[in-house]
Amino acid sequence: MKRFADLFASLDETTKTNAKIAALADYFMVADAADAAWAVYFLTGRKPKQVVPTRFLRQWALEAAKVPDWLFDESYHAVGDLAETMALLMPEAPVASERPLHEWVEERLLPLRGADEGGQRRALLQAWAELDARQRFLWNKLITGAFRVGVSQQMVILGIARAADLAPSILAHRLMGEWRPTPEFFRALVAPGAAASDPSRPYPYFLATPLEGGPEQLGDISEWLAEWKWDGIRSQLIRRSGLTFLWSRGEELVTERFPEISAIGDRLPEGTVIDGEILPWNASGVLPFAELQRRIGRKSLTKKVLAEAPVTLLAYDLLEEGGVDLRELPLEQRRSRLAEIVAAFGPESRLKLSPTVEGESYADLAHQREASRQRNVEGLMLKRRSSPYRVGRVRGDWWKWKIDPYAIDAVLVYAQRGNGKRASLYTDYTFAVWDDGKLVPFAKAYSGLTDAEIRQVDAFIRKNTVEKFGPVRTVKPEMVFEIGFEGIARSTRHKSGIAVRFPRILRWRTDKTIDDADKLETLQAMVGPETPEEPNEQQELF
Amino acid sequence: MPLLTLSDAGLYCAAGGFHIDPWKPVARAVVTHAHADHLRGGSERYLVAKTGETVTRARLPDQAIIDTLPYGEQTRHQGVGISFHPAGHVLGSAQVRLEHQGEVWVASGDYRPGGGNPTCESFEPVRCHTFITESTFGLPIYRWKSAEDLTGDLNTWWRANADAGRASIVYAYSLGKAQRLLAMADPSIGPIFTHGAVERLNDAYRAAGVKLPPTQHAGKIEVKRGEKKPWAGSLIVAPPSAHGSTWVRTFAPFSAAIASGWMRIRGTRRRRAVDRGLVLSDHADWPGLLSAIEATGAEQVWVTHGYIAVLVRYLRERGIDAQGVETRFVGEAEAESGDEAPTEPTEAAP
Repeated sequence: MKRFADLFASLDETTKTNAKIAALADYFMVADAADAAWAVYFLTGRKPKQVVPTRFLRQWALEAAKVPDWLFDESYHAVGDLAETMALLMPEAPVASERPLHEWVEERLLPLRGADEGGQRRALLQAWAELDARQRFLWNKLITGAFRVGVSQQMVILGIARAADLAPSILAHRLMGEWRPTPEFFRALVAPGAAASDPSRPYPYFLATPLEGGPEQLGDISEWLAEWKWDGIRSQLIRRSGLTFLWSRGEELVTERFPEISAIGDRLPEGTVIDGEILPWNASGVLPFAELQRRIGRKSLTKKVLAEAPVTLLAYDLLEEGGVDLRELPLEQRRSRLAEIVAAFGPESRLKLSPTVEGESYADLAHQREASRQRNVEGLMLKRRSSPYRVGRVRGDWWKWKIDPYAIDAVLVYAQRGNGKRASLYTDYTFAVWDDGKLVPFAKAYSGLTDAEIRQVDAFIRKNTVEKFGPVRTVKPEMVFEIGFEGIARSTRHKSGIAVRFPRILRWRTDKTIDDADKLETLQAMVGPETPEEPNEQQELF
Repeated sequence: MPLLTLSDAGLYCAAGGFHIDPWKPVARAVVTHAHADHLRGGSERYLVAKTGETVTRARLPDQAIIDTLPYGEQTRHQGVGISFHPAGHVLGSAQVRLEHQGEVWVASGDYRPGGGNPTCESFEPVRCHTFITESTFGLPIYRWKSAEDLTGDLNTWWRANADAGRASIVYAYSLGKAQRLLAMADPSIGPIFTHGAVERLNDAYRAAGVKLPPTQHAGKIEVKRGEKKPWAGSLIVAPPSAHGSTWVRTFAPFSAAIASGWMRIRGTRRRRAVDRGLVLSDHADWPGLLSAIEATGAEQVWVTHGYIAVLVRYLRERGIDAQGVETRFVGEAEAESGDEAPTEPTEAAP
């Protein structure tokens, strides 16, 4: 735990990527395999479920800290983070715990599950007494399932790669899919040699970079292949060792949730891996993403659900054929082999080849791209015909040329404090549009402002609070922001009757007054007549 | 009539005819210490603790009339006894003890009990009937490390940067915090440079007899073309307002730290975008506030600037007659303090 706390401190105190990678490498160089496995687990964003209810945690922390209830709340408001507040309030422990991370996790944290209230209380008070301030903060983060430190999966991969002297692409591959944080896992992770042999293991996805400015910068159009940018679930369909696996981009195994796709997998030749997109698709073609969300939210897949929201796998790429890794081949060759495999399934199959978009010039493509919304796609993809299938988001070969998001001018009406880095600032905003002379809230947005703007907006909110309701402040309607979003659907769960997808602040319209803000009618017009209602059980897969 | 009341210029003693730390020009100003929110220009006469004379002069126009009084000695003004007692905040910082017709009040200004700061006199509790306390860090989450631990943190960080060929920049208030840091720094690690605003006050501290390690004003160092810059491995002390300025870029590569009590909270530390937060404050932490208040034996406590409501409620729950008083003092400001020069060189100003 000491070493892991040191690592956390080093990662936390720098904003520089290189320094973080160096700290990770230093840690993985010396950490015991059992500890390192858990470190990888936590650092890559995996977390055990929170098993101790927050109200108990709070109550026992009060006990350990010996402060009155109201003073705990005051402290929490100043800190903005429960785990940190608890750690700061407790009396300093004389020494740091020497027990290693894996013991703390396996012998202290995991057994909390299944323990009764009294057992959990004893275990927590005991743990707090043994840990020093830094370790206690980490422990609190781990038990509340809120462990987060500013490292990406890629940084973790680079850190381990440096420590183990392995190619990052091999590590990226070994970290894909499902694994358990055991010492054996970590030893296999850093073992010399090529990628491991688990048949379910997907390849790391190659991700496209947003294209800023026009496509003319890409040079000769004949070197590029254009496809639609589909709005579904990016997936890998794997057939190996006589078994089928379907993975989502979020590295979740979704084989069972899409039986019609799994059935296709069962008919693929042995040793095949296809990269594609799961899309809601009926006889008339692709449907809006909201249709897919109906499927995602369901716990059980009844015949009715399957019939109402059928899906198709649109194949983009072929990563493995006959058990051979094809990723180094040029895209054109991978695609022609893919086309042969897909063709064998016939035109009515739920496996289809992602069609190319033919254009004589970029202007021609740009013209076709304008029809993206009508086609239920997000724009175009431009892929270099000679490109290998790379790991992660690498610039240069694959570009996503998205259409501009929907945008609307809306008024800030409610505000709430943020979390973590923005704990003491008002950064979570609710925006409203006009409906019959009243402001109706329609979206929440958290990001999109610069730090300087956030401070200004925060100061405005503090000075112009009309009403406080719990943590939410009603703000005097005065500030107008341009809000962008990717999708829009009708919704009975929202007061406005509208639900938007991925809302964010595009900019602060200091030039506009609230009278210039948009009307609800404008939003309703964006939905169009035939868009289905958003499903009730909303759960995003990725 | 209470001995002190709050007027539009600040705390006022009607019986004595003087103000304490007035924020407007008055006839007679008794001043606890030389920070800008407590010491304002324009008053006819100032009374400060003897050891605070040089720093007070550094912060007031030349023609200002400054009287001084050694700690513990009493002077009388219109029948009110006035004496100064160390507050442990910065050089010459004082609690003001007033005595009138058998009643004793103490206005503590900003203070930090606990000692461990060789650049100023250590806080001494003073028995009184009414105690006026600050509450800048009036929450139990604020607890300071020992002077030894802080010294260790500073020098370990500096040494690691020096070993990596980097300069170490610490942002700290130019009056008080900067000198306390300098006294903690181990000059065997490397040279120490300062921002002009810090160096001016170093001069005032040295003039008052405080021992500081050798420092050089960074703005006065001339680096000839082709010559190696002297910053690698050095410690550079600058006011918080220099953070993010073009001035600091000349020291690259460097690692930066902010020295402030607010650095105790991770979110605050991360928002400031520095590499290290040194939790170093010249104010009382929560245990410090409580022990200081208890040691005065006061029956009545006035709570000013900071977490007023919190401290008042906590004291009342413990049976102490406490009330909040809204002053214009700011304690340890989280943002840059306005009076400190942001970029070098600004020395040429009249």
